[in-house]
Order: sequence, then C-alpha cells, then structure tokens
Amino acid sequence: MTPCAAERVAEPLAALPTVVIGGYLGAGKTTLVNHLLRQAAGRRIAVLVNDFGDVNIDADLIEGAEAGVLSLAGGCLCCSFGDDLVGTLTALCRREPAPDQVLIELSGVALPAAVLRSVRLAPGIAVAGTLVLADAAELRRQAGDRYVGDTVRQQLRDADWVLVNKTDLVDAAALADLLPWLQALAPGAKLMACAATELPPELVLGWRATAGAKAEAVAAPPTLSDGDGDGGADGDGDEGLAGFRAREIGSFGRTSAHSVFASRSLALAPGTDLAALGAALAAPDSGVLRAKALLADPHRPNGAGWLLQVAGGRWQLTPALVQGPGRLVLIGLKGMKSPPALAGVEATTPPDA
Amino acid sequence: MKYFAGPSTDPQPPSDMTDTTVFQARQILTMNPARPRATHVAVREGRILGVGTAADLAGWGPHRLDTRFADQVLMPGLVEGHSHLMAGTFWRYVYGGYFDATDPAGKVWPGLKTLDAVVAALGVAASASDGPVTGWGFDPIYFGERRCHRTDLDRVSQTRPVGVMHASGHILNVNSAALDKAGLLRSGIDHPGIPLGDDGLPTGELKGPEAMMAALDHVGLNRAFLSGDEQGITDFGRLCVRAGVTTATDLAATLGETELATLERVTGAPDYPVRIVSLLRMMGMKPADAVDRARTLAERSTELLRLGRVKIVADGSIQGFTARLRWPGYYNGRPNGLWYTAPEAIREAYTLGLKHGVQIHTHTNGDEATELVLDCMTEALAASPRADHRFTLQHCQLADDAQYRRMKSLGLCVNLFANHHHYWGDQHHAVTVGPDRAERMNACRSALDAGVPLAIHSDAPITPMAPLFTAWCAVHRLTASGRVLGEYQRISVDEALRAITLGAAYTLKLDAEIGSIECGKRADFCVLDDDPSTVPAATLKDLRIWGTVQGGRVFAA
Repeated sequence: MTPCAAERVAEPLAALPTVVIGGYLGAGKTTLVNHLLRQAAGRRIAVLVNDFGDVNIDADLIEGAEAGVLSLAGGCLCCSFGDDLVGTLTALCRREPAPDQVLIELSGVALPAAVLRSVRLAPGIAVAGTLVLADAAELRRQAGDRYVGDTVRQQLRDADWVLVNKTDLVDAAALADLLPWLQALAPGAKLMACAATELPPELVLGWRATAGAKAEAVAAPPTLSDGDGDGGADGDGDEGLAGFRAREIGSFGRTSAHSVFASRSLALAPGTDLAALGAALAAPDSGVLRAKALLADPHRPNGAGWLLQVAGGRWQLTPALVQGPGRLVLIGLKGMKSPPALAGVEATTPPDA
Repeated sequence: MKYFAGPSTDPQPPSDMTDTTVFQARQILTMNPARPRATHVAVREGRILGVGTAADLAGWGPHRLDTRFADQVLMPGLVEGHSHLMAGTFWRYVYGGYFDATDPAGKVWPGLKTLDAVVAALGVAASASDGPVTGWGFDPIYFGERRCHRTDLDRVSQTRPVGVMHASGHILNVNSAALDKAGLLRSGIDHPGIPLGDDGLPTGELKGPEAMMAALDHVGLNRAFLSGDEQGITDFGRLCVRAGVTTATDLAATLGETELATLERVTGAPDYPVRIVSLLRMMGMKPADAVDRARTLAERSTELLRLGRVKIVADGSIQGFTARLRWPGYYNGRPNGLWYTAPEAIREAYTLGLKHGVQIHTHTNGDEATELVLDCMTEALAASPRADHRFTLQHCQLADDAQYRRMKSLGLCVNLFANHHHYWGDQHHAVTVGPDRAERMNACRSALDAGVPLAIHSDAPITPMAPLFTAWCAVHRLTASGRVLGEYQRISVDEALRAITLGAAYTLKLDAEIGSIECGKRADFCVLDDDPSTVPAATLKDLRIWGTVQGGRVFAA
C-alpha cells in the first residue's frame, strides 16, 4: 500500500539552492548569467535555459558539449529544460558532482511565479529567490504595451528582487522617476539599479560556506565562519556581539558616487529573536536585499538551531545544526539600516521550536 | 478501341508506373468546377493523366482498365491540415474514450461509458503485460461530476504505474504508484495543476503540461517517443488510409536529425500511404535559426515528406484558460492567458520568413493572439513585401469579422478547428467565453465571406482524424449536447468538402499538386462507398470509406 505521507515530508533533502532569473526580452538576463558565471569563484553553477536556441553563454566560458549539456569553465554547466523543467532539475540533483547552485534563465514572456510552482515539484530544490531584470530605458513602454504589458507587470510583481539594468541609458532624473513607479507596481520586490555586470554575485549566488560544510540542510550543518561574500578574510568572529562593520563591496553604478551596494557580516547574540530579525530585514524600507543567519538554540542540545534566510521581502526560518557563535551576513543597498536597528530590541527568547 | 478491359477486380497495383491505368468509378467528384463530375480517371506515373468518360481518355493510348471502384465514389484525397504523428503512437495504449473508435488495424474499440469500464479495460491490459499501464482518449466529462481519483486506478494495479491521458491532451490521471514514482505522493504540494484530496495528497489528476510532465515517463508516455517512432509513423499512415487522407501534416516537430532520419526512412518505404508535411516548431529557437533550419530542411523534401515550413505557437488554449483574449476576457473572470512566444520573436520570424520564402503557420487560439499576429504581419509585410506567402493561422478559434477582413487584406489563410466546436463548444458557451462569443468560434462563414482561404482540421489525436467528420462539424455546428452553436457560421457541404481538400492544400502551398482531380495533379483519391454529394448532410460523418489511392497506389482501409 502507499507509504505514509508524513514520513515522506520528514525526509531530509540535500537542497540545491535555485534562483529564477526572469525579465522581458532585452532586459539583460543573459548578460547577468554570464557575469555570474565569471564570478562563480569555485561554485559549480548549473544554468538552465528554456532551450539551447536561447543559449548565449560567452564562448570563452564554454569548454565542451556532451549529451545535451554544455560544460563551462570552473565546473559549471548549462543545459536546456525545454518543456520538462522538473525532470531536468531532478536529473541535475543526481549529477556527480552535484552543482552548488542552479540558475534558471526564463524566456522573455515566462511568468516567474508560474515557473516556481513547477520548480517546487522537483525534490531537492530549494528556491532561494526570483530576480527579474528590467531595461531602464524600455520598461515603462513595455509595461504599457497592449499585448505584453500585463506579462511584464506580472513578471515584476513575481520578483523578490528587481534589477533595473542599463541605467546608463537614462539620466538620473528619469531613473529617480522610474524607481518609485516601479516600487508601486511591485510592492513586494526589493529594487536595485545598476548595470547587470556590476551586481554583487553574492546577491544571487549566496555566501559560500567553509569547505566541507556546504550544504545547508539539517544533515550537513552549515557554518558561516567565513562570513564574507566580498573577498578578504575578515575575522569577524573577533568583532564581538555588538560589533559589525559596514564595508562597501566595491563600486557599483557609473561612478563611485553611485555605488549602490553594501555588505555586512556580524555576530548574533545568543537568544536573538530570529523571527523579528527576519521580519525587520525583509521589511520594505530595510534596504536589505538578501541575508542569512545561523543561530544555535540555547535551550536545545547538540547545536540544534535555526537558519534564517531573507530574500527581498520574504524571510524563512528552518531548523539547522549550528556550530560556533551566531552569525548574520547580509547584502543590501548602501545606506541600509543597521541590523540592530532593524531587529529592534534584542530579544532574549528563542524562536518557537 | 485502343484500350482493353481488365478483370473487374484487379488485386495488383500497376506493375510499371509508366503504364497507364484507368480507374472506373460510379462517380468521380473532381472539385474542379470546370469538370465537376466524371466516371473515369487515367493515371500514369502516379499522376492524373486525364479525367472524364472512358471515351475522353481513349486517346492516351493503351492502358489497363481498373474497375475495382466501379461501385465506388472517388473524390480528391483528403488533406488533414493540422494533425500530429502522435495520433499513430497513441494506439498502442489502451483506448479509454467515450465514443467508438477504430484503430490503425481497423478494429473498432467500443466507447467506454463508465469509469468502471475504463478501469476494466486497463485491467485487461495490465494482466496482458508487465510495466506501466497506459490509456488515452479519456473523457470523464461524460461521467458526471465525479472525478477520477488515484484510488480508482489503484484498482488496476497497486504496484505498477497506471496513467490515462484525457482526450484534450491537457490532463493526465494516474494511480498512487505513478504518483509515488514521480515523487508526488506526499503532502505539502502547492500547485494549481495538482488538486489535493482531503488527506492532503494529490488526487491523481495532473492538469497542464508542467503537472503532467513529472509523471509522463513513469506511465510510459515518453515525449520523444510520442513525437513519432517507426511504428507510430506507420500506424499514423494506416489511420490516414482509414480516413481517406492522402496528405497529412505533423504540426509541428523538432525535426532533429534522429527524428528526421526515422521520418525519411518510414515515408520512403514503397508502401507508405500518405504524404507527410512536417513543420518545424519554433520553440526556444532564435527566429533566424528557425528560418535558416527550415530552408535547409526544404532541400530534403521528397514526394512523401514535405519540409521547410515553420510553426509558431503564440498562445495557449481557451479551455485551459491559457489563450490570450481581448477585452472583456474570460466569461468566468479568469485572468488572461499566456504568451508562448514573444511578439518581437513572431515579428522577426515573419519578416525573415517572408524575406526567404519560408512559410509560417501560427497557432493562435484567443482573439488577442490573433490580433497580435495581424499586427506582426502588417509590420513584417512592410519590411519584407512578398506576394502569395500564404502564412496561415491555425485554430484561430475566436477571431471576429474585423479580424477576418484584416486576414484577407494581409493575404493570410486560416485553418479552423471545427471538431473542437463539437466536442467542447458547450464548455465555451457556459464557461470560457460565454454564449455570444462561443457562437462566433471557428467562424467558417465569416472566413469565406471575407475571402480568406479556409481549411478545417481535427488536431488529431486531440480529436479523431476524420476529415469527413470535420466537414460535418462545420456544416452543422452541433455540440456534443446537441446544441447548434452559431447557426450563422455554418457552411454548405460543398464548401466543407472543399475545405478538407483544396482548402487545406492551399494552406500548404500544395494546391497545384493535390486537392482536386485534374490533369497533372497527383493521383491521390479518397475512395468512398457512399456519395457525399447525394447523401443527406446529416450523414456526412457516417460515409463509408473504402480506402485511398495515393500516387496511383491503391490502399484498402
């Protein structure tokens, strides 16, 4: 007879983080994917495209092709999913070695939320977020187009992050005008404006854990002791409970004056209310784009604790094994609020088990 | 007299194609208005040498008189302008449909009138073989409100995957073992195409391509295989013979080298009975690549395999609420459907297709998709003017009169889904578009009145391939419940017969070769026991088909 469904649910899965990249034709999806492949820095990225006709991977990244899979530099790969996204994802999970990260590049008219519903059917896939690109110069026209306007608007509403690309094609006043309009259209999305090639890769690819502790699933306790997505050892374990520093992670935008991103890494006090922290980081005005925190539960043994993940306006707490002190890493817009302010009064009670 | 009389029943086809054979028939309906009726047709080298009386043909010299059709009626070989090779593949699975159906070998499978009957038929198949148990043609709409549940199919097998594809092709019902193998027998699934039961587990109904996809392989419905393996293409040919069809489309295919090699091999056999027109599907391809590929493919065309056309899918289906509708949208308030191809890509493909002479057929179901195609075509023609392109709208179910007038001015053809109107018209009337727009669906009258070249189709295997049934649908517009839906849009028997011969041939740019019985054209005939020009129009769908003549070769059904 049929197996018990509850047992199925409890099965721990080695979840493969997946980011969906959408946006209308010409928004820069392929440019972003190539940029991320160049910034993979050891991550094995699997890029899924609708069909091989869509493949525009830069030629110098391609190392070979076999059985419908393009081998890319650095252990990355690219394959098409055609009309079987779930099957392709499932096969990807079984690959040896398994990829570290999946990027799904959608067709220009695909609706990300609809695709995500299918992605979630694939066992072993953890959706990290949805990034939708927009062409700064064309977006308003596209969003008002009689045929595709509703498609473009829905794509934006489906996003955790909207990257307004090609900002060099509009003047500052036009951009200043565009962003509030876009935020009203997609109130649940966190916006950023810069060239796709200048996006900090951590925003999409997440933060690398230390070697040997890659997986974030319960079975493989993650750590964040490396804590940086921005190059450079930071030794933030020495920073103390209240210590965190804001470090700009380079210059984004046309000039350094336009730099838009900042990254932070800090220790979390035992007993920090992760739910409150998550809600604060995800709040529309937080300026935080993506964050990850790990914190042991002082009331439970053996490192049992919690993983907090924030993507745009969404946050999620999942059980995790935690080694070492609590950590928070985040990436946001320059000038984002400081995490203690975001978290409000530091709570002393743990999140509900 | 220069000719001699052969035996009245000659079992052998002409042994030497340079010989001349004269077929004598009770009646020949030529579809050539200059000589609409005849009794004899002379065939040489697979082509029509002449049509008329025995005396008219005597001047062509010695020939064999073939009288096997002396009691039959010949009309031009029927042309199915929108079908899929999959129609042949499906027949190796259990037929689970409500109506009687005939398999490629001629066996009639009775319609299954209850869910229990479907389960029983699957059970018979299960006991006869190992592995997955697969059915098709399922249409539980006729079984009342009760939905098929995975436990119903668990009665077929609790250990082997069981799956039944719905007639629409949009829904798959599976059992618990199939759900389990697909990783779907668990709680917590949140997908609009996977309804859950009170127990939190999927009911076994998988709606839409994404939901079905996870289970298709496990129930034996491998997609690549469905697109046409050797047996499937062979069986497709047999179905064509039974339907009187001598030219049929595969709309459309990916046409990779393996698939193409199979098609070339099967259609190249001396006894393959139908001309296959296979269109290249532009999906996930750049328009320039699709047009280039089509031009390359065109050079590989043979007499029985015609390549070099492109198909684009603009939107989804109306009953699946994925078609793009103009204001006021769906009758039940559902949000508008999806674009399957971006407008920019359609426009570019049209521009390149016109420039290079590659014909493009475009699936549009909703009237907004049709409007987009008209706009794209307007711009493409301005950029790449070309006369007589015959780009064709496929399905085009919801177009209104103004759109037909634009089609005419742009030189577009239309191939309407007359069968759909019969099978799902009631649903469109009640749910999807409401009574008034449902009446204008598949508007054959509007197309003809506007001067738009018209074909009508089955979309087999979505509905059975049977052009005479399709003609009946267009003539009567009767829905499954017996309602005349859109009386004004009915067309005459003559108009409908033209649509399934010359009309469809025109949309494929083959009307100079096929579609009528005229000197110089291919000797492709539909052989009937009954005369469609004299039987009551109501019986058009029941005409008895003897078989076909294809390129002068005789194929009994």
